[in-house]
Amino acid sequence: MSVEAWTYLLVGLTFALYIYIGYASRVRETAGFYVAGRGVPAIANGAATAADWMSAASFISMAGLISTMGYDGAVYLMGWTGGYVLLALLLAPYLRKYGKYTVPDFIGDRYYSHTARAVAAIATIFISLTYVAGQMRGVGIVFSRFLQVDIATGVIIGVAVVAFFAVLGGMKGITWTQVAQYTVLIIAYLIPAIAIANILTGNPIPQLAFTFSDLVNRLNQIQVDLGFTEYTKPFQGKPMIDILAITLALMVGTAGLPHVIIRFYTVPDVRSARYSAGWALLFIALLYTTAPALAAFARYNLITTLNGKTLEEVRQIDWVAKWEKTKLLAFADKNGDGRITFAPGPAFVIKGGKPDFNEPNPKSRNEVYIDNDIIVLSTPEVARLAPWVIALVAAGGLAAALSTAAGLLLAMSSAISHDIYYRIFRPGATEGQRLLAGRIVILLAVILAGYFGVNPPGFVAQVVAFAFGLAAASLFPAILLGIFDKRMNREGAIAGILVGLIFTAVMIGMMRAPQIFGAPAPVIPNLFGISAEGVGVIGMILNFVVAYLVSRATPPPPEPIQRLVEDIRIPKGAGQAAEH
Amino acid sequence: MSKLEGYWKANVSLIRNLLIVWALVSYVFGILLVEPLNNIRLGGLPLGFWFAQQGSIYVFVILIFYYAWKMDQLDRQYDVHE
Repeated sequence: MSVEAWTYLLVGLTFALYIYIGYASRVRETAGFYVAGRGVPAIANGAATAADWMSAASFISMAGLISTMGYDGAVYLMGWTGGYVLLALLLAPYLRKYGKYTVPDFIGDRYYSHTARAVAAIATIFISLTYVAGQMRGVGIVFSRFLQVDIATGVIIGVAVVAFFAVLGGMKGITWTQVAQYTVLIIAYLIPAIAIANILTGNPIPQLAFTFSDLVNRLNQIQVDLGFTEYTKPFQGKPMIDILAITLALMVGTAGLPHVIIRFYTVPDVRSARYSAGWALLFIALLYTTAPALAAFARYNLITTLNGKTLEEVRQIDWVAKWEKTKLLAFADKNGDGRITFAPGPAFVIKGGKPDFNEPNPKSRNEVYIDNDIIVLSTPEVARLAPWVIALVAAGGLAAALSTAAGLLLAMSSAISHDIYYRIFRPGATEGQRLLAGRIVILLAVILAGYFGVNPPGFVAQVVAFAFGLAAASLFPAILLGIFDKRMNREGAIAGILVGLIFTAVMIGMMRAPQIFGAPAPVIPNLFGISAEGVGVIGMILNFVVAYLVSRATPPPPEPIQRLVEDIRIPKGAGQAAEH
Repeated sequence: MSKLEGYWKANVSLIRNLLIVWALVSYVFGILLVEPLNNIRLGGLPLGFWFAQQGSIYVFVILIFYYAWKMDQLDRQYDVHE
């Protein structure tokens, strides 16, 4: 069977499975819709959280980014996993004990203010929208390459599937679909990685092959021979301060992501919340310790497959021809010798953040342009694995994108239908009205996400990094202070969130003006060496400082709130605290 | 209330200790000291690079399970478990 036939088969089968699970776990009450009835076992919640959180960026883009960044790719590896330590130790158990439905719920109640609730809800929507845009671009890439349909058609298929299981099943449907999606995506990620590790080093376990073979040494040598720096050499693309800032921003951002936090509301008690954070990170670590191995293998394979070969020769390779058609891979024979040269620097002139394929860059000898997003997707083909493995990777990429999109849609939907509609404007709404509102909002959000998929605002991983910066600067400090600082009050929290959010959004806007507004150059390139991806850390620090100063200059929170804070600090009684 | 204060204090100091390890493996070993540590090798990888791309992630997983296990004991000791 051909790659296309296998892809239709595997994608069709997995989609049918997701739709079936969505139908089987359809819900009729709000607790089922928002928190899956609080009956999800810790290990299942761990798998669901892992799928929820590992997005198209983790699955499709991350290994590619690491592959070109070398050591500097560690910002994504440590940043995105280290956040779970913060989440497990500082947030998850207390939010579960508090036991309502959403992040704005906690912030609104803890800071006894509809303004705080609304600000948190808007921050949630803002973060989730930024993030979902990246997921839909991921769906588009996978479809356009593997099903040979245009991106718009692919996005519409993805939107229809997500809409079905999210609208019908709410959190319950999403949870069990995500468990299935985790299984699909991790198998799809590991099989090619294991095969390639085995081919290149004779050791089938990618982590061990990466650490204990001499492959990385060989890669270092090849890189130096071609004029690059060693693959393992630190701080080649970013200064140390930026690496520190980005890592911290991604950690804190992960801990503050609303769609991840709400997953911890779905477990039965505080103890399960702690363990499910551990399971989540263990499941994530399976992919996240494989990714750097895959990145190094892929780079080694790509260089040795392409460098020095003639253009004619490589264009006969099936995957080269296909990716060249999608413009994610391109060659420019600058020296006219008919052979491909790998060298540092961009092969084409970069205009508005994208390469201009009509204009080879005269300043570099490099003749190959490779989009980061194709590294994982092309790896099985580069290593000449069986067609079904290639199809499996397509199904895995779709699972990663769809599961995260679903989680984000639910976070957005609950922020609008629960926090804004029900808690602020219509406290008298019946159960049925609230459910209907939730479903309508999910449907609208799905359509909006689809629009972003057809008109993508930028690179997958970069867009996602913005969402993390915004989460780090707005929600994380407010939740943390709400739990650990009994004296923190309404005035402090609102001032902190606003300052953190506005500062970070403005900074990212100025630093990424070319990509976001089409400006010819950034307004400022960086802040003390910290780039757009890391600037959320400064926003977070500002948030903490402003919140502290304002809270100490204004009256302390009322007595019942202080008791609430004492109550969430002890695990006992989490089961009963569930209802409003 | 003093019993609960004791529980909270024990919890906070456990969190503090674990966060010190968290910061040490990632920010210190993986970033600040990466260059000197790269002079040591672990298998085929420079040690600082290994901490940045592999080691710190393993430690993170262990930290969370250790915390959950330790808190089980604390919960029972202070009788606040469910």
